[in-house]
Amino acid sequence: MIVGVVTSADAEVFQVALSRCVSTDGGNGDPPKFQPPPKPVMIDKSKTEASHRRFLSPEFIPPRQRTNPFKFAIERKDMIQRRKIIDIPEFYVGSVLAVVMADVYASGKSNRFVGICTQRSGKGLGATFVLRNIIDGQGVEICYDLYSPRIQQIEVLKFEKRLDDNLMYLRDALPEYSTFDFDMKAMPPPPPGAEVPINQQKVKMKPRPWSKRWERSRFNIKGIQFELYFTEEELTHAKKWDTPWVEYDMLKEYDTSNVEKHIWTEVQRELSK
Amino acid sequence: MALLQRGCALLLTHAHELNRRLFSITAACTAIQKMTRVRVVDNSTLATTPYHRPPRCIHVYNKTGVGKVGDKILLAIRGQKKKALIVGHKMPGPTMSPRFDSNNVVLIEDNGNPTGTRIRVPLPSSLRKREGEFSKVLAIAQKFV
Repeated sequence: MIVGVVTSADAEVFQVALSRCVSTDGGNGDPPKFQPPPKPVMIDKSKTEASHRRFLSPEFIPPRQRTNPFKFAIERKDMIQRRKIIDIPEFYVGSVLAVVMADVYASGKSNRFVGICTQRSGKGLGATFVLRNIIDGQGVEICYDLYSPRIQQIEVLKFEKRLDDNLMYLRDALPEYSTFDFDMKAMPPPPPGAEVPINQQKVKMKPRPWSKRWERSRFNIKGIQFELYFTEEELTHAKKWDTPWVEYDMLKEYDTSNVEKHIWTEVQRELSK
Repeated sequence: MALLQRGCALLLTHAHELNRRLFSITAACTAIQKMTRVRVVDNSTLATTPYHRPPRCIHVYNKTGVGKVGDKILLAIRGQKKKALIVGHKMPGPTMSPRFDSNNVVLIEDNGNPTGTRIRVPLPSSLRKREGEFSKVLAIAQKFV
């Protein structure tokens, strides 16, 4: 048996076991039976679990503008400074969050609100997210500033994504899809390297008219089953507002992959200091 | 922009489609001004007894004609005039303040006392800033957001 131990820059230990059978005749005069060598076992211990999925919060990515990149750099510095004080967890549109906000006029000086995140907008320090819930039959939406000093704690109760980036259509959906108990227990956090679970739920809507014509392609909604509410004619009529050329518009292209990599390394470096 | 919103009559022409409501609703994303239909959220008799016309705002006691949370308005309800206090509207306000799915209003007397005895709907906590004027309204409220 020959066992080889190879060390390289990337991996800690590569264990490769090679064996070469010294074949002997069985005494019959037949050629020895071919024994294939066992597959090498590679254990790569350099990559920890957390780095399998790199998540960069969308407000870090600067918009494509003619402003000086220095402005975005100092904004990022302030955002990282705030993140060192308060833990702003990773969440997506469709996750259920609980936010504790400082409120002078509330009893106990702080105000807790639980809701589903329906939209995330804004870049830099002005990043906002909207939480929606139905309390005592009344729909309430609150738009929070992510980096506001009034926010004391953000907790993710249910970590998941939905089929759409913008859940404004929940305003026209049945109330059961926007109701979340204030005393909801936090779901166990998913394992660090796992993919974000996508909730494939298709939402039932109230009777039309809705506040916006969600069937039109400019909203690009996948979370509603339009066949239940529209006839074939109406769906083809809604296709009149399709803009299929926008997908091929080169002036609207903004490839953020390189920018994301740079900013991710910068953010990780500053956060670990 | 003061548009006179006409109350839409029941449309009987396409009533066979079960997926539709039988009246049209204007896209209301503005705060409260003249002719807005409001929802009265306390438990007074004027609020709870049904009537064939929804309560409408006929005047806003404000320099601008637009009422936000904490403004007093005059309501036409059941054929009578009544003052009311705005406690929530559909228009998005400053960040960190709640936006409600309906324009909520609490009936009030001329001296500021509420007509009803209980408000079940959640109220914005920014109303507590004017504790002096609205103390009695805040006292009958049950929940703050």
